[in-house]
Formats: sequence, C-alpha cells, structure tokens
Amino acid sequence: MHYVFEPGLFSSDPVHTAVLIGSVTAVVSAVVGVFTVIRSQSFAGHALTDVATTGGSAAYYFGIAPLTGFIGGGLLGAGAMEVAGVQRVRSRDLATGIVLGAATGIAALFLYLDTTTSATTGATQQILFGSIFTVEASTIPVVSGLSALTVVSLAAIHRPLLLGSVSPELASARGIRTRWVGLAFMLSMAVAVGLSSIAIGSILSTALLIGPAATALRLTRSLASSIALACVFGVSTTLLGILLAYDSAYWDSSSQGLPVSFFIVAITFAGYLCSGIPSIRRDSMKRQRRTDDRPSGDAPVPGVTS
Amino acid sequence: MFSGFMVNAWEIGSIVAVVGGVVGFFVVLRGAAFEAHAIPNGAFAGAAGASLIGASTLLGLGVFAVGAAIAIAFLSRRGRPDVVTALALVMMLALGAAFLSQTNQYEPEIYSLLFGEVLGVSSGEILPVAALALGSLVAVGVLYRPLLLTSLVPEIADATGLRTFPIELAFLVILALATTMTVPVVGALLIFSLMIGPPAAARCFTHRPGIAIAGSVAIALVTVWTAIAAAYATDWPVGFFVGAFSAGWFGIGRAYAVLSTRTRSQASDTAPSSQEGPAGPDVNDTETYPRGCRRWGTTWPGRLQAGSPEC
Repeated sequence: MHYVFEPGLFSSDPVHTAVLIGSVTAVVSAVVGVFTVIRSQSFAGHALTDVATTGGSAAYYFGIAPLTGFIGGGLLGAGAMEVAGVQRVRSRDLATGIVLGAATGIAALFLYLDTTTSATTGATQQILFGSIFTVEASTIPVVSGLSALTVVSLAAIHRPLLLGSVSPELASARGIRTRWVGLAFMLSMAVAVGLSSIAIGSILSTALLIGPAATALRLTRSLASSIALACVFGVSTTLLGILLAYDSAYWDSSSQGLPVSFFIVAITFAGYLCSGIPSIRRDSMKRQRRTDDRPSGDAPVPGVTS
Repeated sequence: MFSGFMVNAWEIGSIVAVVGGVVGFFVVLRGAAFEAHAIPNGAFAGAAGASLIGASTLLGLGVFAVGAAIAIAFLSRRGRPDVVTALALVMMLALGAAFLSQTNQYEPEIYSLLFGEVLGVSSGEILPVAALALGSLVAVGVLYRPLLLTSLVPEIADATGLRTFPIELAFLVILALATTMTVPVVGALLIFSLMIGPPAAARCFTHRPGIAIAGSVAIALVTVWTAIAAAYATDWPVGFFVGAFSAGWFGIGRAYAVLSTRTRSQASDTAPSSQEGPAGPDVNDTETYPRGCRRWGTTWPGRLQAGSPEC
C-alpha cells in the first residue's frame, strides 16, 4: 500500500484541488467529447484550445482575469469558425485551420509582448502547457458552475444535435435549424474547452475531450451508455494519472518526476488502442470464415470487411 | 533590410513559402488540415527529446514527424482519422512535456521552436532546409497525378485499381519532411498558416490545379515577404504577420468566389439557352476535366471541388 500511495498524497492541498478540478473537467470533456467525435469535429475541439490559449495570452497582456480570456477567446474563435464555414462538412477542416492559423499568429504576438514587457519567466510554458497541480482552489466554484451550465445546455439540444450530426437532411426535413444547433454546440464546446485548457492545460484538454469519448464510442453504440462510459474512462484516467505523477517524484531520487499530463495522455492513448482490439478480432474472424467458405485459394479483399 | 542576417531570412522564407504553397495545395485539397497542424506541432517533442540526449534538433524533429505521419496513416485505417490525429498529437505533446520536465530548458527556446525565429537564421541552416525542400518538391512532382486523383475522386481512384493507402502514406511522409525543415525556421505553428491560407485562397481564384498551385506559391511568397518586411519595420514577431496575412488572403479569396458565382449565375440567367440538354462531355474543356486526370480515361464527375473542401 505504501508503494502505491506515496507519503503525503492524501494530505496535500494541491492534490485535493487537482483531483476535484480534474474530475469535473474530465466529466464535462467526456460529455462534450462524445458529440465532438460523432460530429467528426476533433480538429475544431483541439483548435479551440489553441484559440482559447490566445485569449489567455491576451488576458495576460491586458491584465484581465485569465478565465475571462480563455473563455472569451474560445467563444470568439468558435464564432470565427462559423463565419469561415465550419458548418459545412466539406469546408470544416479548412475553416478550422484558417481560424487556428490566425489565432496562433495573434498568440505569437501577445506572448512576445508578454515576455518583452514583463520580466516574468515561465509565462510561455505556463500558458501553453498548464499544470493541474498549480490550479488555485478559488477557481473551483467558477469552473464547476460553468461546467454544469455547459452540460445542461448540451442536454437541452442533444436530440436535434444528434439528428443533425447523423443525418443533416432528415434533420432539416423535420424543420430543425441545423446551422443554429451546430453553432450552439460549437459555443458550448468553446466554453468546455476554454475551461479545461485553463484548468488542466491545452494538451490534457484535447486528450480528455477526444480520448475517452472515442474509446467509448468504439465499445458501445448507444448515446447514453457511451456518455456514461466516456465519463468513467475520463475520471479514472485522470485520477490514475494524478496518482502516478505524484508517485513518479519518488521513483528515482535524482529525477524531478514526470508531468501529470504525460501519464494521463499515455493512459488515454493506450486505452484507445486497446479498444480497437475487439474490432480487429471480429474482422479477422470474419475473414477466416470467408476464406473457409471459399473453395479456391482466392485471397480476401482487404478493406471490404470493415 | 537586405543586408547581413536579413539575407538569410529572405532566402529561407522564400524556400519555405514555395514548399508550403505546393504541399499546402494538396493539404487543402485532401482536407488534411488537422494532419498538417498535428505533425509539425507534435514533432516539437522530437526537438525537446533531441536536446535531452544531445542529438541534433533537425534529426529529432525528423524522426518524430515521420513517425507521427506513419502512425497516423496506419491507425486511420481502422478509426476515425480526426480522432487518431488528435490522439497522436496529444501523445507527442505529452512526450514533449515529459522531456522538457527532465531538463531546465531555456524558455525562449521553446518559444522559438513553436513560433520560429526566421530573423535569426544562420547561413549554415539554409543548406539542409534547401535539400529537404527540394526532396519534398520532387516527391510531390513524382506523385502529382495519383495524388490529385485520390484527393479529388477517391472512388474513381479505387476503381482504376490505384491503391489509395500507399499514396496517403507517402503524402503524410512528404508533409512530415516539408514541415520538419520549416519548424526550426518559421516555427511549428506558422508553417501551418502558410499551408492553409495561401492554397485555400488560390483555389478560390481558379479551378485548374496547375494554376492553383502556381497561385498558391505566389500568394505564399507575397505573404512571407510582406511579413518579413513588416516584422523588420515593427519589431513584432514574423509569425503574427504570417498568420494574419494568410487569413486575410483567405478572406479575399472567399469574397472573390462569392462575387464571381453571383455574377456567373446572373449571366446564366440572362443568357439565351441555345440548345436543350448537354451535348456530351467536352474533354477539351480543361476547366471541367483537369488535364492531370484525363490519362486514366475516367469520366470526371465535376469541377475540382468534388470531394474536397469547397470555396
């Protein structure tokens, strides 16, 4: 037991905060992530973290509260993507890319101004990578409140959103305004991503948005069970990652320990890879059956079985 | 402005613009913007790893970029490409964070890897970049026709017996090589702007692939040159100007496309219809039948926008 939970784990305040913030953001990211993966908007989900970061660096420069900067940046970015044509499937990646390119350019400017006008070191790394262990406990209520708001607004639009994602023609035939529903989703995704990128950094934000949701969607088809599974994956990955990161400082007295983001992402990635195993086995069994049925030694056509 | 270290900046900026314009055309055509973002960004971890073990930065970047390209191509065969790309990106970034946590990296170095220091290029850096640039241009030239066909009409490419997977893999490796060389120069985040904005703008002005590539290179060159000049004048980072100008070009292209379709539809409304129905496809109409694709003897289903991001 002592080797699993290193001394001071349960009495450390940063760990308490990290566990709370990590779990809340993991749940919101998982819920938003399921829709993001279904709608194939992973790129937008990732790009919004960078756009939110631009807002964060601007807030740093102007002396506004970082949270306002992150969420404001995300919302502006989502609006800009809508203008650039993110609602059409064919131009979706392009629109996202244009906004992302412009936003990173602006981020470069603000980070440059930040580092030249003030002598604070670590601003670049802090804004770009973030750390779950440096979150202030005072941000917990705000983060939780906005997270709840995001989940509630998604719950309100989930039916038209799902229909619009799976079959846009059917949705518009039913009188659903797919464009507005899509925009509402983009905005709630922007809030969720802005929150998670300030709370846990932009790497973890994307990892927890896409990883658990994609893993869950590979294992189950129904919306409710995939959201539930994604939440379970997200929270357990986060907790395990925090535990391992805390422990890693004790593994080798000479090293400084590894960042928590590394562990969480590694577990998420491994989980996604493992979730592909059932489908590989199904495919190979199918292929086996087909070659058995075939009298001559005709090779199976690859790519047809999926 | 045209002396000393600025000469290097102009030279390397021009090389990067040419490669970004050519490779970027296919990035836009194939809808591979996410891959174009993820590969150079994630390769940054390779640079961090290389500095940890004392290897050359360019080598670290190259290994990670090509590794990422191969991993994305293979994993995309059984999974959503966007999900795979996102996860590969965060995995590499997390590795980068782990490498950085083990060193006391000087912070401006991170900044320059992400955003680039085109004004601080030494003449020794130009040769490897030029070599890689030439390599990726030659590769694009060799693969031009299959790349175009698989980008535009993957179904027809399948039907003609063209294997799409090796071409996808080759394309991602070219993308990796082209971005690797540019990361230390213009930064991971800004080569991306050059690969998206200028080609997307060029596609709004013409539907012919050859002209679009030439236009994309021209716009990329103008973007880089004006960005370097503006950075020299204002002392602000080059990356900001590259990002802003690229997005601006896209805006201009979109406006042109909207205006020209509006005038064209007005013209076709007023023009008298001389004959009833289409009189069979006219293969000499290079606008409808891009020249690069007639070789396969396929019927071309439409304009260049088939299966690709529209303007």
